[in-house]
Amino acid sequence: MQAVLDNLDEVLKGFGYTLFLFLVCAVASLVLGTVLVAMRVGPIAVLRLLATTYVSLVRNTPLVLIFIFFHFAAPIIGINFRWVQVHIGTFDFTSAFATAFVALSLYTACFVCEGLRSGVNAVPMGQAEAARAIGLPFGGVMTQVVLPQAMRASVPPVASALIAMLKNTSVAGVFFLAEALAVMRGLTNDNASQRLGIFLCFAVGYIILVEIVSLISLSLERRWRTA
Amino acid sequence: MAASVLFDAPGPATRRRHRIYTVVASAAILAAIGYALWKLNDDGQFEYALWEPFLTPDYLRALILDGLVDTVTMAVFAILGAVVFGFVFGVAKMSDHAFVRWPAWVVVEFFRAMPVLLLMIFVFFMWFISMQGSFLWIDQRSGFFSVVIALTCYNGAVLAEVVRAGVDAIPKGQAEAAYAIGMRKSQVMTIILLPQAVKVMLPAMISQMVVALKDTSLGYAVAAPGLTKVGQAIYKEFHNQVQAAIVLAVLYVGLNLLLTALATWIQRRFVGENKIDVVTVAAGIESQSRA
Repeated sequence: MQAVLDNLDEVLKGFGYTLFLFLVCAVASLVLGTVLVAMRVGPIAVLRLLATTYVSLVRNTPLVLIFIFFHFAAPIIGINFRWVQVHIGTFDFTSAFATAFVALSLYTACFVCEGLRSGVNAVPMGQAEAARAIGLPFGGVMTQVVLPQAMRASVPPVASALIAMLKNTSVAGVFFLAEALAVMRGLTNDNASQRLGIFLCFAVGYIILVEIVSLISLSLERRWRTA
Repeated sequence: MAASVLFDAPGPATRRRHRIYTVVASAAILAAIGYALWKLNDDGQFEYALWEPFLTPDYLRALILDGLVDTVTMAVFAILGAVVFGFVFGVAKMSDHAFVRWPAWVVVEFFRAMPVLLLMIFVFFMWFISMQGSFLWIDQRSGFFSVVIALTCYNGAVLAEVVRAGVDAIPKGQAEAAYAIGMRKSQVMTIILLPQAVKVMLPAMISQMVVALKDTSLGYAVAAPGLTKVGQAIYKEFHNQVQAAIVLAVLYVGLNLLLTALATWIQRRFVGENKIDVVTVAAGIESQSRA
């Protein structure tokens, strides 16, 4: 416990990296997941096949393996992120961060895609048919009837995917990023007698972040709930 | 895909447009695959020497016996522990006594909201870092135990929620009828509710096995045995990282697809429509809008 208080700036910086990584990956995986789900529920069979293959391949691959691929295999075939050199304040966003960003986003996108798809599937057929029957054009059917309901229904599964991703950012700590888990590993090495206290502090830190995300999701769901 | 909420059955003009999209998309996909293959070939990644370890009987034996078997062993132990953990804490969470219910709630929430890797590393440094020796057919038991304990706690916490959701899914009349014929609380739970809940829970449990199997690879952080470790040893020796990653991915994906197919079959054969969404349960977000 004392060790955490003594190194509070380092600990906070670790959680800062975790939070940054979560935010950028959340944006990227939401965008990529939306593209994937558009391909997956769209009318073009080839794109549907592509998205389905991507999702079933990536969701069954362990995240660690994706990290290993981007860290150790990809540089051999010329994919590397050594050109990423962004420094904001005391935070350095270099290749470790960029690699974690790419791996996590590609991995999470397929779970986001699944969440969005379950939202679309939750809208009953009759809704779209009724909208067409009263003469709404395609754009009207989408923007007024189908998508609002689909979005509402996909809040819980998408939020779950993002929460899982927030916990998965810890994997980046094993792959050279100095985020919270890596800081904890350093502290437990240096302060062997305080392992339990250090562990509890970091666990609580992660739990607070997770609870914040799930509170946001709950309030969104509540706000968009139908009367 | 005729029956989709999103679009009507296409007319002739739309079908023509779709054909154009199909051709363009296919061309783009083929071009991308072609470029990837050309690039790999250009870098000499198809050279036999790099693939040789995965065709050599000794290395294949290591990959299957030390890798796949250890990974599956870890997953099986973890899931068995998790089932016990899940039933104990799932039932405890439904207890009528607050002094049982609240501690169980705290334990479940704690393990569920925390990264499993954090727990794994803590367990490893706390108890197993200096442990030597083997366990059953596993060479290094230190990493093995860290992975199994961490995964037991995490997946157990998720399964505790699955147990609760499973019991909730049983019609109220079942418990009421059981009380009416004079059963006690423990009898209602063990004779009436849990047996029926298990049926509803089975697919969710198998999905959780897929998660556990994937998460065994987190043992990378504590030098645990398994596929990832063997793959790492191979690519460190032969510098064939690309090939090793591809082979490992094929093994993991194949194993997981088998499990998923099993879950789907069980769902269709034994359970029917009544489905527990593990992902949502794992994150602790339950939909209120569809109550």
